[in-house]
Amino acid sequence: MRLEMGHIYIKDIQFAAESKIEDGILYVSEEAVKAVALEDEKIKSVSFDIAKPGESVRITPVKDVIEPRVKVEGRGGIFPGVIAKVDTVGEGKTYALKGMAVVTAGKIVGFQEGIIDMTGPGADYTPFSQTLNLVMVCEPVDGIKQHDYEKAVRFAGFRVAVYLGELARNLTPDETKVYETCTIKEGMEKYPNLPRVAYVQMLQSQGLLHDTYVYGVDAKKIVPTIMSPTEIMDGAIVSGNCVSACDKNPTYVHLNNPVVHDMFEQHGKTFNFVCHIITNENVYLADKQRSSDWTAKLCKMLDLDGVIVSQEGFGNPDTDLIMNCKKIEAEGVKTVIITDEYAGRDGKSQSLADSDPAADAVVTGGNANQVIILPKLDKVIGTLDYVTKIAGASEETLREDGSLEVELQVLTGATNETGFNKLSAR
Amino acid sequence: MAKLKVVHYINQFFAQIGGEEKADYPAEIRVGEVVGPGAALTQQFGDDAEIVATIVCGDSYFNENLEKAKADILAMVKEQAPDVFVAGPAFNAGRYGVACGTIAAAVQEELGIPAVTGMYVENPGADMFKTHVYIVSTKNNAAGMRDAVKKLAPLAVKVGKGEAIGSSAEEGYIPNGVRVNFFEKERGSLRAVKMLLKKLADKPFETEFPMPDFDRVEPNPAVKDIAHAKIALVTSGGIVPKGNPDHIESSSASHYGEYDIAGVMDLTEATYETAHGGYDPVYANEDSDRVLPVDVLREMEKEGKIGELHHLFYTTVGNGTAVASSKAFAAEFSAKLKADGVDAVILTST
Repeated sequence: MRLEMGHIYIKDIQFAAESKIEDGILYVSEEAVKAVALEDEKIKSVSFDIAKPGESVRITPVKDVIEPRVKVEGRGGIFPGVIAKVDTVGEGKTYALKGMAVVTAGKIVGFQEGIIDMTGPGADYTPFSQTLNLVMVCEPVDGIKQHDYEKAVRFAGFRVAVYLGELARNLTPDETKVYETCTIKEGMEKYPNLPRVAYVQMLQSQGLLHDTYVYGVDAKKIVPTIMSPTEIMDGAIVSGNCVSACDKNPTYVHLNNPVVHDMFEQHGKTFNFVCHIITNENVYLADKQRSSDWTAKLCKMLDLDGVIVSQEGFGNPDTDLIMNCKKIEAEGVKTVIITDEYAGRDGKSQSLADSDPAADAVVTGGNANQVIILPKLDKVIGTLDYVTKIAGASEETLREDGSLEVELQVLTGATNETGFNKLSAR
Repeated sequence: MAKLKVVHYINQFFAQIGGEEKADYPAEIRVGEVVGPGAALTQQFGDDAEIVATIVCGDSYFNENLEKAKADILAMVKEQAPDVFVAGPAFNAGRYGVACGTIAAAVQEELGIPAVTGMYVENPGADMFKTHVYIVSTKNNAAGMRDAVKKLAPLAVKVGKGEAIGSSAEEGYIPNGVRVNFFEKERGSLRAVKMLLKKLADKPFETEFPMPDFDRVEPNPAVKDIAHAKIALVTSGGIVPKGNPDHIESSSASHYGEYDIAGVMDLTEATYETAHGGYDPVYANEDSDRVLPVDVLREMEKEGKIGELHHLFYTTVGNGTAVASSKAFAAEFSAKLKADGVDAVILTST
């Protein structure tokens, strides 16, 4: 499969009468995006705001972060099975609005939403302090349950992102990158001497608002399967989960999955990037066994020499991570895993909920329990009403001077387990 | 700013008194003298610190007269009242390493003066003392002196000034079981790709998280006489009386709750809820029996299937809570459960 990714750099976002992109400036008609968001009757109201890097702004409770994209050539559309109709994506031409994101916010569960600080120490940890953010705060209609609200906000975010992506359809990208993978046979013929590697991505699927969707299918209900690594660039995988903010993969991370991108850099040079394997993190033991068995089986059937396994979430999925690692290594496939740690506030506790000697090559996104003081910022987009309740906060979070004492857990994307950041621990 | 005052500890060999034959050399202090590796340290300290005294002690003497040697050396150090104490580096010299670790830990713990040392990772002193004092990782012999001093001197200055100490990867000390965050130069995915390339090529690579020895708990044997057993409920699912009166955190819980359910036949939406932040709370809030099955156990109690349901239940939030905290909670309430004559516990998770 061959996908041409056109990057359109957004230098600024401004509200305007008409939505358009001109000279790298995204003009947004508030009226138009509101109408897009309110297409769902479960959303009572929505307000839009803009947060820029360096501004004294705190966004919370953050739900998802999405990069606007548009499918210009080739099959399917962005977010197949979710927004676009079901069709296999990952080939042709796609444009992405780089340097910006749509951020959805709203209370939803009230426990597992995150914080994005645009300045100060928190901004060093969340990657979304570096993007120009169009924030949409959604209020649900009365009496709605959390999961219905979550779904409504999730879809509203995708609709707005797709609406903005469409504005780029007829533009000329500032930069173009080509991603191309081979079929199994082609790859063997073309790179007979290179090691065969794949990316095993574990998708959050613990359920009860810990969900991920693949072409619109709830990842709880999949068995491990293979994809072309370019499919995610068209939004084949989207987030629908409210696990702790620091290590869930927002849709932005799925679209820009750093393992996929860094493996492409080596493709045809030091190894043959054969495919992307996806698996899940269900809570039942039988599911864990089936999925890890299948993942290892696929690695063997594909004659792989090595894989990188990334996790999403923590605790219960640590068992899936270790089962995958153990079984894949047992097939003679060399494995590197990416995780993060919950080593306690003092860093002295056991970092993972499971372990095995086979996991001898680990990359860590850092200790999510590390405490950080987030100073009071001038403006809050969303609300601080839940700031003592979200995962990583406590009753003592809100201090007298308005600053917040929290664990890194609260910061969206801080200890991401696809290796999105530079944070680590020893 | 005035230079930090350093007292430096070395053995008879590095003081050029002699080798094994002089290892019984008793402890002595040379005030105002810089001896052996002290010169390299002094150079590395620059304007930040200076050695005000050097303590020399034979390795056999130290280890064979442990209590006396320790007491004598502590008295010498105390008199000098340094800002920081540096021992070694000991490289792979086993008894020297143990002496450096012992005395550095004692200075730190008994005199409250920060201390650092250095040695090869396989030196027995490293395993014994790495969780007590910072031990800079050195090569296995004195040819690695320059490299060792480059890490030892700045770390000594940092601990002497009471500055925050970074991760072992940044500061060069032997990992001490405390996980410290820091920013790498490359993102995690690229580090993973590079690690995989090394692993594929059978080249040495360094994991960022060595797998710990895991604490596995064997389940207890089945209860023989359940019909007469006193059963207690314990949960990590966060079920609490409505309003979460003890403010158990939604994640990374700092405490557990103990609640009386005497006379409670059923947990209802009006009376109980979950504090857990790790799952959709809707179903647990609608009916907390789904997580803490009080209703079912009351029925079994009535039918005589179990002896009785203990009138207290223990609850915390498992979500993101450190294993060390969980262990501490359980150690405490397990003792209470035993004291209350509880025969068996149903532990529900989520």
